[in-house]
Amino acid sequence: MSVLVRIPTPLRPLANGQNEVQLAGGSVREILENLVNSYPGIRERLMDEKGEVRRFINIYVNEEDIRFLDGTHTRIKDGDELSIIPAIAGGCR
Amino acid sequence: MDFREDQIERYSRHIILKEVGGAGQRKLLESRVLIIGAGGLGSPVALYLAAAGVGTIGIVDMDNVDLSNLQRQILHSTKTVGKPKVFSAFETLTAMNPDVHVVPVSEKLTAENVMDLFRDYDVIVDGSDNFGTRYVVNDAAFFLKKPLVSGSILRFEGQVAVLEGYKDTPCYRCLYPEAPPPGLVPSCSEAGVLGVLGGTIGTLQAVEVIKLLLGMGEVLNDRLLIYDALAMTFRKVRVPKDPNCPLCGAHPSIHSVSGSTDWACSI
Repeated sequence: MSVLVRIPTPLRPLANGQNEVQLAGGSVREILENLVNSYPGIRERLMDEKGEVRRFINIYVNEEDIRFLDGTHTRIKDGDELSIIPAIAGGCR
Repeated sequence: MDFREDQIERYSRHIILKEVGGAGQRKLLESRVLIIGAGGLGSPVALYLAAAGVGTIGIVDMDNVDLSNLQRQILHSTKTVGKPKVFSAFETLTAMNPDVHVVPVSEKLTAENVMDLFRDYDVIVDGSDNFGTRYVVNDAAFFLKKPLVSGSILRFEGQVAVLEGYKDTPCYRCLYPEAPPPGLVPSCSEAGVLGVLGGTIGTLQAVEVIKLLLGMGEVLNDRLLIYDALAMTFRKVRVPKDPNCPLCGAHPSIHSVSGSTDWACSI
């Protein structure tokens, strides 16, 4: 299974500036592992020490937040899109 | 309240919209909106709400205008550098529309004063620059049952959501349960922001405020809008109310406003 993963602008410098990448995997967890293996700089920003997605970063499969699906175990179908959306707070002073 | 001649002329483009009309314009003139932050977002929000004739606009900001603000904070100008932002905002908004009663609040927003600051307003607009403030603003708006129009910008990206956790719709804690710990991610001044983004996101916030005040259209209260300036995309994702939300969920653990508004701006 190959899906489109959208990289938010704060993480793009860690993914060679790309705004989206194609990655393989059958679940959200597999895709995120492939992402951080391909772009190791993203790991610390995206995941905590236990490998869980940080609580200020939301992962969406298409329009749905995985916290309200099966979390990182959420299964992925062909053609799905995965978005990484971090909280941002700038107003900006 | 009867319109003066000059008001009929000033607001004529609103009054001829049947969705607004004379009644809607009168409503705007009687409305009270509080804006947190007179910065990149607060500037366009305040300018458009003042132009629209929102009768009372409160602005909370304790900072002075800095030269580095002027790349995006269009309430201020070279001649107000060094002056309090709320003073600069007062001058700009009053010059643009003397109908508007501008309430400058140059004190720091804290968990202690936030309830008193919010109480007399109809809608709260968050254009603050740090996570601590965002949670404090969210919690106070929830307890007082005030709609919160939240916007944020960083680098080339912006987000907008209307948060009404006292209804069947989410609050900020449903959307983002936790703030990033300080120091993990680059600060706002390090990361930079394309100045125009404040205009894009701030004007969307201003539209949502007017829709809330007039009760028209579909309010963005179950979605997060994400604007990516580089890819030129606007996308919406669904934001459900979190049944386990510590503030607005079924079994809340937060019963009053607390927390620091000092946290560093992150990610």
